[in-house]
Amino acid sequence: MAEPKVKYDRQLRIWGDQGQAALEKSNICLLNCGPTGSETLKNLVLGGIGSITVVDGSKVEVGDLGNNFLVDESSLGQSKAKCVCSFLQELNDAVKAKYVEEYPDALIETNPSFFSQFTLVIATQLVESSMVKLDLICRNANVILIFARSYGLTGFVRISLKEHTVIESKPEHFLDDLRLNNPWPELKRFAEGFDLNVQDPVVHKHIPYVVILVKVADEWAKSHGGGLPSTREEKREFKELLKAGMVAQDEDNYKEAIESSFKVFAPRGISSELQQMLNDSSTEVDSSSSDFWVLVAALKDFVTNEGGGETPLEGSIPDMTSSTEQYVNLQNIYQAKAEADILAIERVTKNTLKKIGRDPNSIPRATIKSFCKNARKLKVCRYRLIADEFNSPNLPELQKYLTDEDYSIAMGIYILLRAVDRFAANYNSFPGQFDNAMDEDISRLKSTAVGLLNDLGCNSATLAEDLINEMCRFGAAELHAVAALVGGIASQEAIKLITRQFVPISGTYIFNGIDHKSQLLLL
Amino acid sequence: MADTSVHLQQQQPSRSRDLDKLLLRPGNLVGPRFEPGTELRDDLQAFAKVLVVGAGGLGCELLKDLALTGFCNLEVIDMDRIEVTNLNRQFLFRLEDVGKPKAEVAAKRVMERISGVDIVPHFCRIEDKDIEFYNDFSIIALGLDSIEARSYINNVACSFLEYDSDDNPREETIKPMVDGGTEGFKGHARVIMPGITPCFECTIWLFPPQVKFPLCTLAETPRTAAHCIEYAHLIKWDEVHRGVPFDPDNPNNMKWVYDEAVKRAELFGIPGVTYSFTQGVVKNIIPAIASTNAIISAACALETLKIATECSKTLSNYLTYNGSEGLHTKVTEFERDRDCLVCGPGIRIELDPSITLQKFMDLLEEHPKLQLSKASVTHRGKNLYMQAPPVLEEMTRSNLTLSLFNLMGKLPKDIVHVNGMTSKNDQKTSCLRKLHVVFKGVDGVADMDTAGGA
Ligand SMILES: [Zn+2]
Repeated sequence: MAEPKVKYDRQLRIWGDQGQAALEKSNICLLNCGPTGSETLKNLVLGGIGSITVVDGSKVEVGDLGNNFLVDESSLGQSKAKCVCSFLQELNDAVKAKYVEEYPDALIETNPSFFSQFTLVIATQLVESSMVKLDLICRNANVILIFARSYGLTGFVRISLKEHTVIESKPEHFLDDLRLNNPWPELKRFAEGFDLNVQDPVVHKHIPYVVILVKVADEWAKSHGGGLPSTREEKREFKELLKAGMVAQDEDNYKEAIESSFKVFAPRGISSELQQMLNDSSTEVDSSSSDFWVLVAALKDFVTNEGGGETPLEGSIPDMTSSTEQYVNLQNIYQAKAEADILAIERVTKNTLKKIGRDPNSIPRATIKSFCKNARKLKVCRYRLIADEFNSPNLPELQKYLTDEDYSIAMGIYILLRAVDRFAANYNSFPGQFDNAMDEDISRLKSTAVGLLNDLGCNSATLAEDLINEMCRFGAAELHAVAALVGGIASQEAIKLITRQFVPISGTYIFNGIDHKSQLLLL
Repeated sequence: MADTSVHLQQQQPSRSRDLDKLLLRPGNLVGPRFEPGTELRDDLQAFAKVLVVGAGGLGCELLKDLALTGFCNLEVIDMDRIEVTNLNRQFLFRLEDVGKPKAEVAAKRVMERISGVDIVPHFCRIEDKDIEFYNDFSIIALGLDSIEARSYINNVACSFLEYDSDDNPREETIKPMVDGGTEGFKGHARVIMPGITPCFECTIWLFPPQVKFPLCTLAETPRTAAHCIEYAHLIKWDEVHRGVPFDPDNPNNMKWVYDEAVKRAELFGIPGVTYSFTQGVVKNIIPAIASTNAIISAACALETLKIATECSKTLSNYLTYNGSEGLHTKVTEFERDRDCLVCGPGIRIELDPSITLQKFMDLLEEHPKLQLSKASVTHRGKNLYMQAPPVLEEMTRSNLTLSLFNLMGKLPKDIVHVNGMTSKNDQKTSCLRKLHVVFKGVDGVADMDTAGGA
């Protein structure tokens, strides 16, 4: 194996060659390289991101040595962006590392077009007013944006982009696609080739459970007017029927059949989440539609026509007790059906592409195949503009969070993290930034937070006094451990967004380092 | 109001600019014994001593995080050498470091960048250190990937725990541990206060043993690529290379297994055998990425600071993290197992004062709760009998015929540590047990016991 392949082995096992290639092609911009930003980039550079541009106008101070590993004593007085950049380059020479010695707030004001060159911008430690401006710039330029902030023992991570679609969402626990509740003719015919009353005990205990379930379900349907078990009593009877088919205690295939009998009872058709996606107005495709939506449009056609209410078959089966030969045969039955479904989707896709004036072959077969295999797991994530969330948050959710026992602290942190920026805008320093004004700052922060809540339409809401006090105590400190944690999450989300694998965070993730009862808020 | 002396010091540029906010100022959501001030910060630097176990993905992060969280006295122990596959996340290592001991390189790199921090590396197995070595630390931070190693350190830390006559843990004997673990986008961080929160053994069910393929499946009805690989690895290798053990780190050995697995897969028409997958199955490779390690280590470092200073509430007591589908974190307050053999008050054994060390060891084998064979016995840091190394065995062999009571300094009751083998799930595992030895009929003992109402 080539050196990079070995070096990245442990992560290639997660996101594969395609994910790695996407990372290596991406171009990332970091705003502010304090510990939060530095730690975010450190993780991405180690993973082999394509290129990075560090933007920071400050010089390294003594205090920075105590919270940022990417600067050291020799960096004192020098450009922080330059020092961080040179350490990052040391971590991985395959990465193209650049820096811009400029304050992000100023850059956002003076040179908005600067950001359009990047795949993704990671904006750390920005105050509210800059966040709102940068968000609009990136939204218009179609650049992915991640905000990350560490503040004392708290922090947040928030993604912003119009839409992120995922084919390979790779959920951990997902029911396999065996169609035992709706077997197609070839599977039925294959099952018919087996005799559940076969005399040879070795043959009997190697009949795959899929075959057992298809046959017993068929038997059941014949005696129940074509239906499958649906009531609790019927399900119990069905399991008894399976148990009665066992000829010996050690028949693992029958045990597997009983354990998997719920797959026969499962409702047919597609999930409500997928149905919602098929109903989305984006399925009315035109020449500006993304490949994803062209494929979803094809999927919609398939589900209503050839699919008979079902998605294309995934085509893989789990391991199960069986002889090798019968297992391989069964695998072939599933694969053949999956292939046929892919062909059907491919046909519709080509027609659709032609209709919208695109090259019918412009979506590669491999993409169509992957789309079909993952049809049940597709994800669409959409993000509100920061300005919209800030000015008109989802009020019922907000009120629910404020009073919910599990969410009220996280919600309090959210409000206070916004209040400290208002405070800073009014008083030119963060609450508790200096020791001599603690008491005054506490009461000022409290009234700022109350004002904010009023503006949001939560007049009666109150925040825990303890939390307000703690926020002042934090005095805008950027603690290394908190920064490493928040930066770690930011880098993880960057990877998910760039590789288009897994599912990114949907709302604002509030980190609570006080007792780790962190929460995701959808506002 | 903050006093002016603090204020003046703050005006000076200080490395601990940010940390000072947390350590010098009073807070509302803090531990009961939090005493903010410069003394706290200075004591943390001068006296707190943390051992980092493991210098891998978590260990590298932990060393950096702790060094930037006010800890100045650190030690790190790891038996491994740096490999190329570490470089995607173990950020203290470079390509030219491959082959060098992880602990040594990691300690050197952190000290190079952060002045005032002292890190002592230990390039050895955790079992190679005396138990007393571990008693020297204020807190032990675990960055490990094996259940066995976690279990060992947990046993050691819990062995220091003493209980008073009411079976309450003696505070000064509690050795706090902070433990992290990751796998892909998932991880956990936990705080273990032996005697107060559940120890690793109390919640061992959180780490179920791995399911192995039945040998008959491998031999007779292979169905998956993994079956073909394990056939080559576990059956075919021994058939062909009689007596030569398979070495997973030898590329020729791995290639042989891969080639055999390919042949078998072709024979049975099974797809999916690749070299990379073969390595994954044979070496049981756990996928690992930088971000999860950074997140879990940071949570552990933060909790280490809280234990040392009480500057905030602590994690109580188990954090699970999953970043693959959105982001899910959950804090669970697990309960201690009061009967836990490791962190509980210990197994009480009443003995006749005339018993010899050898007889005592025989008893350990027969004891229903222990079934401990091949015991090495330690009392207050002194080796009474050691199974290995041979030099120590020879030196301590003569103790076997002596009276245990005399060997223990004629104390009416005391704690004895025994290290040996026990069987668990049909597998022999090494374990450390803490025993409360009570000598029958020796002065005061009987009275104390009745008084204690035991
Ligand atoms: Zn325990």
